[in-house]
Amino acid sequence: MLQIEKLTKRYPTGDLALNAVDLEIPKGQVIALIGPSGAGKSTLIRCLNRLVEPTSGKVTLKGQDITALGARGLRAARRKMGMIFQEYALVERLTVMENVLSGRLGYVGFWRSLFRKYPQSDVDEAFRLLDRVGLLAMADKRADELSGGQRQRVGIARALIQNPDLLLVDEPTASLDPKTSRQIMRLICELCEERELAAIINIHDVALAKMFVQRVIGLKLGELQFDGKPDELTADVLTTIYGEEDWEATIEKVDDEDLDEAVV
Amino acid sequence: MPISETNSGKKVWQLRDRNQTLIRYFGYLVTVAVFMWCWKQISDSTTWYFVWDAPRIAADIGSRAMPPKWDYISELWVPIWDTLNIATLGTILALVMAVPVAFLAASNTTPSKLFVRPIALIIIVSTRSINSLIWALLLVSIIGPGVAAGLMAIAIRSIGFCAKLLYEAIEEIDTKQIEAISATGASRWQVMVYGIVPQIMPAFAGISVFRWDINIRESTVLGLVGAGGIGLQLQSSLNVLAWPQVALILLVILVAVVLGEWVSAKVRGAII
Amino acid sequence: MSDVTLDMRLGTKWRKPHFVKNPALRWGLIIGALVYLVLAVSSIEVNWARVSEGLIRGWNFIIAFASPDFTSRGTDIQEGLIESVIMTITSTIVGIAISIPIGLGAARNIAPLPIYMICRGIVALSRALNEIIVAILMVAIFGFGPLAGFITLSFATIGFLAKLMAEDIEDMDRVQAEAIRSTGSSWLQWIDYGVLPQVLPRLVGLSMYRLDINFRESAVLGLVGAGGIGATLNTAFDRYEFDTAAAILLIIIVTVMCLEYLSGIIRRKVQ
Repeated sequence: MLQIEKLTKRYPTGDLALNAVDLEIPKGQVIALIGPSGAGKSTLIRCLNRLVEPTSGKVTLKGQDITALGARGLRAARRKMGMIFQEYALVERLTVMENVLSGRLGYVGFWRSLFRKYPQSDVDEAFRLLDRVGLLAMADKRADELSGGQRQRVGIARALIQNPDLLLVDEPTASLDPKTSRQIMRLICELCEERELAAIINIHDVALAKMFVQRVIGLKLGELQFDGKPDELTADVLTTIYGEEDWEATIEKVDDEDLDEAVV
Repeated sequence: MPISETNSGKKVWQLRDRNQTLIRYFGYLVTVAVFMWCWKQISDSTTWYFVWDAPRIAADIGSRAMPPKWDYISELWVPIWDTLNIATLGTILALVMAVPVAFLAASNTTPSKLFVRPIALIIIVSTRSINSLIWALLLVSIIGPGVAAGLMAIAIRSIGFCAKLLYEAIEEIDTKQIEAISATGASRWQVMVYGIVPQIMPAFAGISVFRWDINIRESTVLGLVGAGGIGLQLQSSLNVLAWPQVALILLVILVAVVLGEWVSAKVRGAII
Repeated sequence: MSDVTLDMRLGTKWRKPHFVKNPALRWGLIIGALVYLVLAVSSIEVNWARVSEGLIRGWNFIIAFASPDFTSRGTDIQEGLIESVIMTITSTIVGIAISIPIGLGAARNIAPLPIYMICRGIVALSRALNEIIVAILMVAIFGFGPLAGFITLSFATIGFLAKLMAEDIEDMDRVQAEAIRSTGSSWLQWIDYGVLPQVLPRLVGLSMYRLDINFRESAVLGLVGAGGIGATLNTAFDRYEFDTAAAILLIIIVTVMCLEYLSGIIRRKVQ
């Protein structure tokens, strides 16, 4: 469904963030993107919806060449790619409901969005999603009144209301505590399964990634180093990606039942 | 660490080494010299006889001004109303013009850094470096004396002030929120309404109230050049040396300024 | 945890919650504001005949900016400008010198109550009185000339700098000040080592900013006879000599721009 061919990004400073990355993701597959800081994980995700313009290469989503689109076409393509951010990136001074509905901005016209006159179907869908992530009662609270975990749930609802084919998830748990991190990861993966969504989850925490995804991609200095099942992620592989370190504790199967009696 | 040796060869710690100390003293010397020269100029153009006489004159004016002529207040209600209008409508008018200028001047929202931004910056600098009294002077000579000239003067003077603070606020917004809104496929204007506007709203409200407070002060004196408001009464009372009236007007202005500051503090507290 | 269920909300309209929650208060404020606006706008009288006549003059003035006349009143401009600069420099220096003790006195955490009250009183008075009004009084007392302007600007500088400095001192880091006090220092030593180093960098920046403000203000004091370039400007407007007025305004704008640029550099260096 998503094809990435020879994707390359060189920043004006001369840093080569991505070097001819090839990747193909089928419908409904959730993959984790791991790698050290500066490996180009964020750049890769942002090149897909062109928040960062790739230098060369091609991205195709459902047969449509994203890299060749003009401004209007790009807007339409972005609607099909929901994005979830590390520090939630909610509009802090708007209410939860407005934040969720902002996911529909690509579908409604300017004046409707200015006066907050969304179609009833959008409003209903927003309520449904808020209920699904457990925040229905918070709908009219301002985003800056919420806790980190709650904000990330709003972020998830905002991405999903776009009715996307693909989720781009940038470090969803980096600002959260371990328990909330797991709840959020589980929620994302469950929702992807329910809706048969493909997702690229860019994540630091290797142990957490292995717990939830079917496929792991390892990135180092802008190049693909590893592509396989979580089980194949051995100490040797981790050493090639991150460098020398004692990896035993990370590859050990973590029993997640004792950690959370999730409310999700 | 600068350390010097005394004659007996003992090492002594100092805050600065010799050159730094010399430069410093030279700086002080220049400052004092410039100040003395300036003072001489002022002194030369001053009639010192009047200055020595000043305490007596001040006491004389004070005794004549007291008590203020209280029943003169009945003639002040209309000028007070005019003054309030000059400040309030002037602020509103200024904000209407300052918002687009600020968006054109902020480096992250300007349509063109090369052409539009410098023009916006010139508007900002030129309107704010000229005092509202001078603008009033100019407008009185163009559109004639009256409230309208004062209102326009306040509005023009405030454009630069408000636009400068506002564009600094725009440049400091959190880009992640913008990124998130752009990622939903929002258009340029939608990003503006959802991403930028909510973030600068508190700054905007604060700036408006702050400027309104300043404008209350400034509008009280615009009448001196004929631009309406209570300053007109002040000018005419001064011309006929009616000190009790002057005293009352100054009192009214003082009350207005204090009230303005109180209101703006309250509103700012409620918004932010 | 929620008492709202999904079924209750599905199909219901959603509206952004209002900024003012109480509807009576909200409508009261809206209607009040509208009534005020209508009254205020209708009370402004504009003499349209005069305006249309003035528009030509306004246009001439804009034209004058293209060909400002620096020469025909060259000596007046030069003298006025020098006087403005002199007033600016002296009043800023004197203002800073007086602001420091008053600023210290107006900070509640280091000054005893009676001194605090007196200093706050001075600051409040200086801030409440518009420069022009002070200038009028000073001219009445000391006579025409730059001395009145100098006193006015010094007085205004005190209100501005002392207030900001006092606020800075009140917000300062207590621990640093306590550490100096615990060495057994005297009050003056404590101020010198514990308090001033914390507030001086910002004070330098603010002083530069005030220099800039004082110059701008000095340009209008001449309107009431307190010296500076304002008098020349006033005469130019009275005689409709827009090209001279444009020249003076351009000088003011350029000077303010230079001062701002300079103060930006100094502030960056100090902080």
